[in-house]
Amino acid sequence: MIPELGQFSLILAFCLSILLGVMPLAGAATGNRLWMNMGRPLSAGLFVFLGICLVILAHAFVTDDFSVRIVAAQSNSLLPMQYKVTALWGGHEGSFLLWTFMLSGWILAVGMFSKSMPGEFVARVLGVLGLLCASYILFMLATSNPFDRMVPVPPADGADLNTALQDIGFILHPPTLYMGYVGFSVVFAFAISALLSGRLDAAWARWSRPWANVSWAILTIGIALGSWWAYYELGWGGWWAWDPVENPPLITWLFGAALIHSLAVTEKRRVFKSWTVLLAILAFAGSLLGTFITRSGLLTSVHAFASDPSRGVFILAILGVFVGGALLLYAIRAPLIRSEFGFGSLSRELFLLANNVILVVAAASVFLGTLFPMVYQALTGDLISIGPPYFNIIFVPLMIVLVILLGIGPVSRWKKTSGAHLQQQLGKVAAASLVLGVALPLIILLDVSIPATIAVALAVWIVLGIGRDLATKTANKPSLWQGLRSLTYGYYGMQGAHFGVAVMLVGVALTSYFSTEKSVLLQPGETVDLGGYDFLFTGSERIAGPNYQANRAEILVTRDGEAVADLYPELRVYLASGTPSTEMAIDPSLWRDLFVTPGEIRDNGAWTMTVYVKPFVRWIWLGAIIMALSAAIAAADRRYRKLARVRKQTRTPAGGAFGHGEMHPASGGGT
Amino acid sequence: MMKPHRRKRLGVILFVAFGLSVAVMLTLFALSQNINMFYTPTEVANGEVETGTMFRIGGMVKDGSVEQQQESLAVSFVTTDFVHDVPIEYEGILPDLFREGQGIVAEGRLDTLGVFQASRVLAKHDENYMSPEVRAALEQAGVNPDNHQFGATPED
Repeated sequence: MIPELGQFSLILAFCLSILLGVMPLAGAATGNRLWMNMGRPLSAGLFVFLGICLVILAHAFVTDDFSVRIVAAQSNSLLPMQYKVTALWGGHEGSFLLWTFMLSGWILAVGMFSKSMPGEFVARVLGVLGLLCASYILFMLATSNPFDRMVPVPPADGADLNTALQDIGFILHPPTLYMGYVGFSVVFAFAISALLSGRLDAAWARWSRPWANVSWAILTIGIALGSWWAYYELGWGGWWAWDPVENPPLITWLFGAALIHSLAVTEKRRVFKSWTVLLAILAFAGSLLGTFITRSGLLTSVHAFASDPSRGVFILAILGVFVGGALLLYAIRAPLIRSEFGFGSLSRELFLLANNVILVVAAASVFLGTLFPMVYQALTGDLISIGPPYFNIIFVPLMIVLVILLGIGPVSRWKKTSGAHLQQQLGKVAAASLVLGVALPLIILLDVSIPATIAVALAVWIVLGIGRDLATKTANKPSLWQGLRSLTYGYYGMQGAHFGVAVMLVGVALTSYFSTEKSVLLQPGETVDLGGYDFLFTGSERIAGPNYQANRAEILVTRDGEAVADLYPELRVYLASGTPSTEMAIDPSLWRDLFVTPGEIRDNGAWTMTVYVKPFVRWIWLGAIIMALSAAIAAADRRYRKLARVRKQTRTPAGGAFGHGEMHPASGGGT
Repeated sequence: MMKPHRRKRLGVILFVAFGLSVAVMLTLFALSQNINMFYTPTEVANGEVETGTMFRIGGMVKDGSVEQQQESLAVSFVTTDFVHDVPIEYEGILPDLFREGQGIVAEGRLDTLGVFQASRVLAKHDENYMSPEVRAALEQAGVNPDNHQFGATPED
């Protein structure tokens, strides 16, 4: 009976979303205040009813109600409680409900934090999001109902959650990724609302910025969590594999990063307006593309859900209607958008333009590599795959150029900046970067290699550039402390995110070039040495977990005779499905990770294992965390909270209250 | 004579167009260098693949064909689409879900003896999921892939 209530609640949510998609938009079109004001209560209702759906479904999982089809398919009575709850998003139907619920959460947030924006604008935003939500719920009701029952006889027990998913990474990664993904729908709705009203001004950009920042921050964490999970679950190698389903979040992330920068220019300098709108549409399209690729089963990937072509067609239709409609609207409205086109051949605008070109080219090449096999198959009927070297060849040079420009952009000035100024600011920084780029890897890793030198030099270039800019900005203040306090959250957010790039860059480069691994066959008592560490396999024992049995090996790691770590990798067999699963053991640290992946046990008691030493790998995720926090700090900038006051100020001539960065560098920044 | 702001705009557009075309050229070049074709066991057995080219092969692991070396990590098995077989050799640790009678995709090269030397072996990640490559291989060979899912026993 209870699951039927969930079904009923989903249908109610559908009705509410239709109303939300129609009434505020109609109100904004006809000037009917009452209809416009229906947006907020409707969005609250939508959130509540989708929340009820989620709670009811979770209840079915927790109480082992195997008459519900997805509970029977994804759960099992032996499953530990935390996985019973999260098994909800272990399959297509439940995860799509979560996705839709996330959207309703964002809609509610827009309703709550938009009090200072004009009613008409908010009504349009909520209306567009309501239509999007309605299409998602219709998709669920039509093709993938999470409340479907097993009739007539439910199974005695469930088929179990995929063993690879029984992990903390599975609890954290999907909700975070979805929340970040769906956040870009809000920025999309802001752009559509602005296009509909024909008022693409600095105010629109200012309203969009915190939403873009927060979505991007959450998406960053979501991707980093996925990368970290893949890293220690392994089986598919390392922290990034250019998997067809890893790529769409990255595409969205790159578009999002471009969007954040472009919004800054649009807000402050009122240029790139139509470009910014296009980026908002593209970032949203990237998020829908991700859904499409995961759920259509068209690409070979570890993420793919069991496929059903009708779902793919439906999502493609949603993508076509929303993105196609948005692009059509854009084509009609864009010629009317006037950007004042005034900046010098060397200016901050130009560096931000270069940033955008590079990020968009990077996103486009990832997109091409991801979808090329699909297009190729459609045209020729042949199946192909694109190897990771393709992505590396494209990505690495692009990122090198991006980082070089990243050092220059923040110290350059709006409108026009002189080469002499840049040279005076950055000449020593550049020289120091080169010296330290050679020296640091030599000191730390006792090794010389060109890739490491390039990476460290680029990272130093970013960090010293940030220091130099801070010094300049605080130079005229009575004390350093007062100088630092006078800088805005926006400025700290920008520099913090750039610092995160430097940290990640070091992690990526040093891990890629200095990681070592060895696959071995070890008898108890045997030792393998790798990278200066001795891995001694002392023996193994049988242990029993809550829903699995395992063979656990003990490996003592020593360096020069001193104990470093005890590692306990396991070979598990899950009871419900009989599925084997390997659990690697890791000794993490800031400077290096040691880990062991067990393979199998031979008849004579020997184990196959792969041992790894991965220097600086933690820096990759540390950099991502710094970027995400910084984006959140920038979103908390005071000026976004004083929107009512700001709205009046945007009526003043170009630059407004915040356009004087050139004359008062200390108050500027925040790109 | 162009107005200054027009000229500037043209400059920016040319700059962007130049950057984009260089990027497109590099991208297409990189793409063409990294395409791995996919072949079915029948196509490989018919000699459609040249020795030494990198490609992917997909099929089922033939029952009773897996042979493990006791002293090393070397393993050999046979992949099949139930019409033709291709022997595969691999050195390393196989994925968790690698089992006889399951679908796999392997990446590597054919050696002169006609043995596929795999550099990577991918097994399906999910019990209910058969990768499109394996599915296509079975369909091309005239075998219904659905008979080989959920542990169903093949009729032939």
